[in-house]
Amino acid sequence: MIGHMRILQVSLCIAVAMAGCQREERQLRLDPPVAAALDEIALMPNGISGAPPEVFFALGRPYETNAYNLSQGKRLYSWFGCKACHADGQGGAGPAFLDGWWNYGPEIVSIVASIRDGRPHGMPAFRDKMTTEQIWQLAGYVQTIGAYSVKTAAPGRNDDKHVRPAENRGPAALLFDEGPRPLHSDQGPRP
Amino acid sequence: MLALTAVLMLAGCTGWQSAIDVQGAAAISIKQLIFLFVAVCSVVWAMVMAVLIRALWRGREERGRPADLDPQTERRMTRAVIAATAVTVVIVTVFTTASFFTTRALSLASHDDLTIKVRGQQWWWSVEYLSPPERRLQTANEIHIPVGQNVRLQLEGADVIHSFWVPNLAGKQDLIPGRPNTLTIRAERPGVYRGQCAEFCGLQHAHMAFLVIAEEPAAFERWVNSQQQSATDPSDADVIAGQQVFLSRPCAACHAIRGTSATGTTGPDLTHVGGRKYIAAGLLETTRGSLAAWIADPQTLKPGNNMPMVPLSADELRSVSAYLASLK
Ligand code: HEC
Ligand code: HEC
Ligand SMILES: [Cu+2]
Repeated sequence: MIGHMRILQVSLCIAVAMAGCQREERQLRLDPPVAAALDEIALMPNGISGAPPEVFFALGRPYETNAYNLSQGKRLYSWFGCKACHADGQGGAGPAFLDGWWNYGPEIVSIVASIRDGRPHGMPAFRDKMTTEQIWQLAGYVQTIGAYSVKTAAPGRNDDKHVRPAENRGPAALLFDEGPRPLHSDQGPRP
Repeated sequence: MLALTAVLMLAGCTGWQSAIDVQGAAAISIKQLIFLFVAVCSVVWAMVMAVLIRALWRGREERGRPADLDPQTERRMTRAVIAATAVTVVIVTVFTTASFFTTRALSLASHDDLTIKVRGQQWWWSVEYLSPPERRLQTANEIHIPVGQNVRLQLEGADVIHSFWVPNLAGKQDLIPGRPNTLTIRAERPGVYRGQCAEFCGLQHAHMAFLVIAEEPAAFERWVNSQQQSATDPSDADVIAGQQVFLSRPCAACHAIRGTSATGTTGPDLTHVGGRKYIAAGLLETTRGSLAAWIADPQTLKPGNNMPMVPLSADELRSVSAYLASLK
């Protein structure tokens, strides 16, 4: 009897340890119909804020909560030259993300729309340069730079020197100040 | 029987990716060093085994107390131990000296005829010929070199550590982000030598191969001249349509095709992709069909690689692969 208990205990321990081995799912290949569905974001008429498509929730908000997607987004941020205008979030020719002020709203759909369709005051559209999946990955990453609260997942670390707090520390929450007046006062003060 | 097995196993070691079938100066000295080690160590092993077997055998016969030895045996054994220690010291010294001189010889090229920058990234190799200036060019996953000339490779890592290894020509050398390394290779005979990343670098480490193609100097010059040309302008209607697809889709943001508006650097330079033997770092032989298969679904063929699946219609796919195949 004792022997059986032992075996049971040991297998239980192994099972618990194995459960710890389960790693985060990596969605490497987005089926074209899913990608097409993700493209259907519903924006408010002024292009600010709106609702993500159903499929985004069905997938479990992967672009906000999945470390792999955030890491890919971080790579795309330098691969697609965002740094030229936005630096590492400090801004330049384009607005800063680090101050936590969003001219077009902090929701992921607004950021997707900014990247995909561009914005009138000098933000180019990346619709023809990136796939839908990449735009969402990038939006999730940009959101972490200007987030007030830390996400449960973080992208990979920098290889070079950090010029701002790392994403897993909620850089905007640390650096947030009142920020500049909104560029377009007709769109109301934000956040 | 044993000899036959050994011969058969050694036969498996020849070929286009083998440290035993050596074709380059560096690989030859490494092979000699390895053979010296293997030979000496085999003899040592055989001797140790012989002594061990003898001891076991004798242990069965006489079971006296181990410390009960007459002075003569004691002296004999002391001498044996001293001799064995001395031989060990000599062997280790010879090995150390031999390794030292071999390693030094590897990095002692008197001059370089050609400098090539090889940048390893997840999971392919970007190749840029830097000097002499009249040989400047850009390609990927395939390195052509002239036979009998010293080629200096400037090795860089873009993301994580990779390792450059063409066993027929030279030993391994790591590509480390932020710290350029160099390696000089020299092929003594023309041939196609396969190389591979030799440092685990993530999901597709196993599919990160490349070719080194050693050619006679004249053939090499011809290759350089053709690679320096911009991509040929398409004439066929299908191919023209393919070029349009390529330039209007995300492809152009990641890939460069010289002579067109595509100037991306995230993915391999495709100016002469149709003329390379393999695509996707040794994954598939280059044919129109394999190009189409790759473009249609890179994430199924090489899961996790950095080229996304770009949704294309069947017609677009057909013409874009025709276009890329035409880029010889
Ligand atoms: C040529 C310069 C330039 C480049 C390159 C550029 N941006 Fe912008 N971006 C801008 C400008 C200017 C604005 C402000 C537009 C406006 O206010 O209408 C902007 C606005 C934005 C916004 C909206 C910010 C807010 O406050 O709501 C986001 C998000 C954004 N960019 C992301 C990106 C990303 C991601 C990339 C890289 C793919 C990128 N940008 C590349 C210039 C650029
Ligand atoms: C986000 C960047 C990106 C986009 C967009 C992209 N590619 Fe790629 N492509 C890559 C990368 C990275 C590789 C290398 C993959 C590997 O071998 O691991 C690659 C490899 C290739 C190769 C094989 C080249 C070789 O020599 O190994 C071809 C052909 C190719 N891409 C064609 C296309 C076409 C056609 C499109 C548009 C439908 C496209 N790519 C879109 C990044 C991209
Ligand atoms: Cu590797």
